[in-house]
Amino acid sequence: MRGFLLNRLSQSAVLLVIVSIIGFVILNLIPGGPLAQYGLDPGMTQEDIARLKEQLGLNRPLWIQYFDWAWRLVQGDWGHSFRDGAPVLSVISRHLFATLLLMGTSTAFAIAIGTWIGIRGATHRYSLFDYTATVGAMVALSIPTFWFGLVGIYVFSLKLGWLPAGNMYTIGDGSVLNYLHHLILPSIVLSLVHVAIWSRYMRGATLDAISHDFVKTARAKGLTERRVLMKHVVGNALLPMITLAGMQLPSILTGALVTETVFTWPGMGRLFLDSLGYSDYPVVMGLLMFSAILAIFGNLIADIVVAIVDPRIRLS
Amino acid sequence: MVAGIHAVVPHEVALSVRDLTVRLPEGMERVHAVENISFDLKRGQILCIIGESGSGKSVTANAAMGLLPRVIHVSSGAIQLDGVNVVGLSYDRLRSLRGRVVSMIFQDPLSALNPLMTAGAQIDEVMAAHGVGTPQTRRSRAIELLTEVGLPDPELMYHQYPFRLSGGQRQRVMIAMALALEPMILIADEPTTALDVTTQAQILELIRDIQRRKGMSVMFITHDFGVVAEIADSVVVMEKGRIVEQGSAEQVLKSPSHPYTKRLIAAVPRLTGKDRTPLDVASNEPILKVEGLVKTYRSGGTLFGKQRIVPAVKDVSFELAPGRTLGVVGESGSGKSSLGRVLIKLLDSDGGRILFEGRDIAGLSEAEFRPLRPQIQMIFQDPFASLNPRSTIGHILTVGPVAHGTPYVQAREEARALLAHVGLDAGAFGRYPHEFSGGQRQRIGIARALMFKPKLLVADEAVSALDVSIQAQILKLLDQIQRETGVSMIFITHDLRVASQICDEIAVMQKGRVVERGPPSQIFLDPQSAYTRELVAAIPGEQPGGTRPVAANG
Repeated sequence: MRGFLLNRLSQSAVLLVIVSIIGFVILNLIPGGPLAQYGLDPGMTQEDIARLKEQLGLNRPLWIQYFDWAWRLVQGDWGHSFRDGAPVLSVISRHLFATLLLMGTSTAFAIAIGTWIGIRGATHRYSLFDYTATVGAMVALSIPTFWFGLVGIYVFSLKLGWLPAGNMYTIGDGSVLNYLHHLILPSIVLSLVHVAIWSRYMRGATLDAISHDFVKTARAKGLTERRVLMKHVVGNALLPMITLAGMQLPSILTGALVTETVFTWPGMGRLFLDSLGYSDYPVVMGLLMFSAILAIFGNLIADIVVAIVDPRIRLS
Repeated sequence: MVAGIHAVVPHEVALSVRDLTVRLPEGMERVHAVENISFDLKRGQILCIIGESGSGKSVTANAAMGLLPRVIHVSSGAIQLDGVNVVGLSYDRLRSLRGRVVSMIFQDPLSALNPLMTAGAQIDEVMAAHGVGTPQTRRSRAIELLTEVGLPDPELMYHQYPFRLSGGQRQRVMIAMALALEPMILIADEPTTALDVTTQAQILELIRDIQRRKGMSVMFITHDFGVVAEIADSVVVMEKGRIVEQGSAEQVLKSPSHPYTKRLIAAVPRLTGKDRTPLDVASNEPILKVEGLVKTYRSGGTLFGKQRIVPAVKDVSFELAPGRTLGVVGESGSGKSSLGRVLIKLLDSDGGRILFEGRDIAGLSEAEFRPLRPQIQMIFQDPFASLNPRSTIGHILTVGPVAHGTPYVQAREEARALLAHVGLDAGAFGRYPHEFSGGQRQRIGIARALMFKPKLLVADEAVSALDVSIQAQILKLLDQIQRETGVSMIFITHDLRVASQICDEIAVMQKGRVVERGPPSQIFLDPQSAYTRELVAAIPGEQPGGTRPVAANG
């Protein structure tokens, strides 16, 4: 286990370096660089821009900028936002809660519902329920999220007036109930796609588990159908799902670009879009590294969980 | 034909099947899985149901457990389990019978145990499901059962996960599980088919031993008359969903009355103890000479991980003359398949020489070996997986020779001629693999190998996946081809009986080494190594010395 962990961690470090180089290079390939937008500002002269470049260290060769940035990053200094000068880490942490609230809720909801639909679809294969779930998943996957978002706002906010159209809370009201009220629509919209994906995978994994002889053995032992399903089928079907959940983990913290924009949710997705719009490169790079680290950790955690749950991996 | 049902006093019968008909879903090759079958399993006896694939024997076993898939229905008839008709029984009453009155063990002990639960937990579960005992008493009972089925260190076994156990140990755990509540009837669905021959012998002995000690009744499904001869008291022979013959084991084995039974018994490969008459060949110069061949598998060598080294072939040497067949026989893990792969250079060797017509091919690169490849061809085990389902038979046969420079028209004519030669009609040329049965596909596989006019054929378990009657036909075909073309053959198999049918010489492999080499007469009648003796003794239904199968009495 220790060898495995060391191996994975060293691989991850190499991966992070590669991701950071690619991100850094691509970002700097954008024509004009981070200060291009000031060129349109009549109040800024060429000298002002040159002075700004000097100040921010943008006149140095690209590779020196990269090493400077990377060295500081390793020391814990993620740089400062071009926009308001705030440290990148504090900018990120300011938006983290909103995203965690939205994504955590919708992912938990999606996994619970998706698992149930998947199991039921597999045990009642080719039933009306199964066909409905299949068609429903296809629809949810083929229609873009923003459309669901806009239709949701139109129906439940504008027409029925049941739910707020956007934001995380009403200014002046910070109660838990108010937060929850704002959470309902975006989290449901966001979970539609995840329910679809999760239920499809779960159905496949369950069918695979059911096809094994040990399910027949369990029935031959005289177990109740409920116990056969919960203990023998679902236990084995959930194993491959752990890896899928690991891949979901980073998105819980990096947010959803589209949904957060549609619902003006002040989360990480919005932050990313805004920072790109303002050419706030330090924040963009910070977000990039943040999600890369999470993606790698998500997979690592999934592998460790699988190793703990599956005796074949744990003990060999 | 339903013969030999004697009127028996009811309490003498543990399981009685009367006029059972089971319907298959629409669109299958026949309407009924089993049709109008009747038989009795008497108390304290072992009843073997024997038949080839598709005979309906497994459906019968599953019907008795009420375990048929939802799409397959019992349409008429009755199955009396200890006086209770299980056909149409409510789910709860059926459930209470399973595991308590009747238990079942399956063919593949790897997939029949839940990989996420320890052996002990799975045994415990049977008792818990029927509300028997407390956790403490169940635990001690489980350990008692593990001891009873002959597992070493039962305390440790209790906590083992299935992947840690060998095939034979897993099957013992399955048997322990089936015995937990001392059921009256044990249904065994091909329980030894997936096991090595020595392990099979042990498991058969265990089942017979337990059956005698507990006076249990066993319904034993098999396709192997050797197994029938080992353990059966009475026999039911099934063909295409019907019972063609039934009676006592001695009666059916020694004087079978139905032609199908006679054919099946005749098809069982026997240890002849006689050697083949060698072919007349022009030269006796060996076509293949292997010297000190070594193959070692290495895996997991990463930065921080430890490398695992598994020797598969250790210092193997032999010679093969033109027109002769060398059998390579061994159990799983003996290295026989690795040897075959190294010989046709699907795997690189790690030492030693492979002299093909005097030239060492062991060190040749893929490009250097390419011109020689047509001369060494392979026949694979699985006739289903080894033919591309999207290609026509014509394409499968011609694509190789065309790639090696034969004009297509010529290749096509040769392919048609070969199809006729291996016993298929020329119309097969334009058809797809799924239109053929397993035996026909294996004929196609042989034709494909012959397209190159090879000098050496390597057949890896070429008949293992086939029913015995088909097996006999394919062996005959291979023999005929060898007599016509003078091709040399290496025949890799786990089945000594099959090897004795077709080989001039047999090499017995154990743990990567050849432990004994000699003509079949020596291997079977006068084995020199202890391991060979063990293998020969384990063959079901045979007494060393080549006598006919003897039925177990009692």
